[in-house]
Amino acid sequence: MTALSTKSATTSAAKSAAKSGVWIGYLAVLFLLPQVFDSILAISIFNQMAIAIVFALSYNMLLGQGGMLSFGHAVYFGLGGFLAVHALLLMESGSVYFPIALIPLIGGLTGLLAGIFIGSFSTRKAGTVFAMISLGIGELVAASSLIFTGFFGGEAGVSGDRTFGPPLFGMDFFSDTDVYYLAAFWVFISTVFMYLFTKTPAGRMANAVRDNPERAEFIGYNPRWVRLISFCAAGCFAGVAGGLFALNYEFLTDENLNLVTSGRVLLMAYIGGLGFFIGPIIGAVILTLMNFLLSNYTELYLLYLGILFLLTVLFLPQGFAGFIMMHQAAWLRGKLHTLVLPYLATGLPALLFILCAIGLLELAHASGAELHYLGLRLARDSLPTWAGLIVLAGLCCWLTVKSTPRLRRAWEAAQ
Amino acid sequence: MPEILVFATLNGLVTGLLLFMLASGLTLIFSMMGVLNFAHASFYMLGAYFAYSISLHFGYWTGLIFAPVIVGIIGALVERYGLRRVHQHGHVAELVFTFGLAFLIEEVVQFFWGPDTKNYQTPELLNFPLFTLFGQEFSAYRGFMLAISIGIFIGLYQVLTRSRVGLIIQAAITHPHMVANLGHNVPLIFTAVFGVGTALAGLAGVIAGPVLTTYPGMALVLGSIVFVVVVIGGLGSLPGALLASLLIGLLQSYAIAVDVGMPELLAVFGLEFPRDHPLDDLWTLNLTRIAPILPFLLLVLVLIFRPTGLMGKREQ
Repeated sequence: MTALSTKSATTSAAKSAAKSGVWIGYLAVLFLLPQVFDSILAISIFNQMAIAIVFALSYNMLLGQGGMLSFGHAVYFGLGGFLAVHALLLMESGSVYFPIALIPLIGGLTGLLAGIFIGSFSTRKAGTVFAMISLGIGELVAASSLIFTGFFGGEAGVSGDRTFGPPLFGMDFFSDTDVYYLAAFWVFISTVFMYLFTKTPAGRMANAVRDNPERAEFIGYNPRWVRLISFCAAGCFAGVAGGLFALNYEFLTDENLNLVTSGRVLLMAYIGGLGFFIGPIIGAVILTLMNFLLSNYTELYLLYLGILFLLTVLFLPQGFAGFIMMHQAAWLRGKLHTLVLPYLATGLPALLFILCAIGLLELAHASGAELHYLGLRLARDSLPTWAGLIVLAGLCCWLTVKSTPRLRRAWEAAQ
Repeated sequence: MPEILVFATLNGLVTGLLLFMLASGLTLIFSMMGVLNFAHASFYMLGAYFAYSISLHFGYWTGLIFAPVIVGIIGALVERYGLRRVHQHGHVAELVFTFGLAFLIEEVVQFFWGPDTKNYQTPELLNFPLFTLFGQEFSAYRGFMLAISIGIFIGLYQVLTRSRVGLIIQAAITHPHMVANLGHNVPLIFTAVFGVGTALAGLAGVIAGPVLTTYPGMALVLGSIVFVVVVIGGLGSLPGALLASLLIGLLQSYAIAVDVGMPELLAVFGLEFPRDHPLDDLWTLNLTRIAPILPFLLLVLVLIFRPTGLMGKREQ
């Protein structure tokens, strides 16, 4: 008995040590990133990532943890951002003094208030009704932003200046690096709070209400209140992300609160993996990187993104995080190495197939006579090029399909 | 004033019945599978683009017949190999899938047809004014749109209520297991209804393309309004969808035609506000400017005060 309890005590101690290790590692990565990659381009990508991480995590509070599919989450992001820009403008005119570092707080507060107001009637039901209300509100706010040009600036948007505030620790926010450290601070704080939220009774009940609202009601919780709490918290953190956006770009337009932005955050959270806290972070990092790496080279970026998203929904409903977690059992039993060969056997042809398919798409879309692709020069009007690509793609597809059963057997054996 | 009212009513009817062609398919699909097809308006866009491409080579009338058929086949394939696969992961996954599909179709359309507006023309045969009233012309093409929409409505109603197929479909909505036990292939019925629903959306695209312009954003513009219609009418209710389609069509048409707004309203109360106030936008609003947001305002109000919609059934 004592041996058992000592053992469980040591494992729980080891677990908590591992957990704090993860957090310290997270903080270290956030801090060290700009030291390792210090080009202007890298910093601006990190800033985008920071905003996307907070936004996607806040979205997961709704969809992943609360089961509320929202098509209008950009409303809280955009409203928070607009209020933050107006706060910057007020500071510039000298009528209000406010520390720049706390600007995201203004966004968060705006998101929270908007969440309380809109959530008071939209969280009555989950599921389709909630999704439709969120869509309606999203469209309503996006359309209104073009009508009330005094506040939203119409199509041109509103711009402010972040350098008017008093300096903080010697940072005057002229450079993007200064903004990065501020954003990293807010990302860490937001991540910690959102993680802690999942451990509170409200966070645990959000999961219960997502899975079975009726049972949650039987043990004495009003599902509507539970949803409202998650909804407001999600709105608040979306507002923080909006405030960070306002600080980084000093500029907001109606695009920041319309359906496009709402859709993008849904894509991020879903591709990353809804069921895991870390999922949206992975999704935000992957999509921001993809956006940067691909949109410079191809006009078809959004097409690839759409295909990736649909494939994720169809074949990896748990997202990338879920895919990684699928291997936890094999890892714990020390059988991960048995999977390497089957993965290579399936993965290599699959990768080649993807490359061929992309080549074909680009070739069809290219405007010039030649296409530079992976160091090759492909001529548009040569039949052998087309035929070769198609045959190779077909062969790789066949190899992939052929090797899948073997991979499945190996995977099942490793469980 | 009367001529404005008459033309606003006619245009409202055209828009409303067009909306109904989309909403009817969407509602039927919803009542069968319990999933709101986010990509429904994308099939409408596909219809317009297919018809445009066909009309370049074979003329408008060939496109009118074949484009909806192609769209219907694509829709059936999507149901069979996409939606049915996601179904096991629940309603949220289905909704997310159709959302992704709408996203993808827009990109695919841009891939094949490019991002610019297509010059999709009304047929020569219908390029004359149907009648002239108060000095304004009502084009024959709009009359043709009206006739097609009314024909589809009557046909759909007859098939669903009078024919054996319609009987089986109605039974499959409420008692799928019983219908399966009687020897009918329920999944096949689902696929067929999805195909027919998307084909109807495609047909709407074919006839609306020349009037509402054929461009990659057309699905997004109409799509959210069709959702509004279906939800306001009551999810799964065909008469409700008709009522809401006409309501939204007329509402938008009147709002654009009638030029009154806050200044007139304030004048009634004898109020006047300075022009350079920050809230100036609010006091100078008029109906024409807020016409695009009226459907969404109505949607939010309906969902707050009558969540089941105008003619939806009470939830169990």
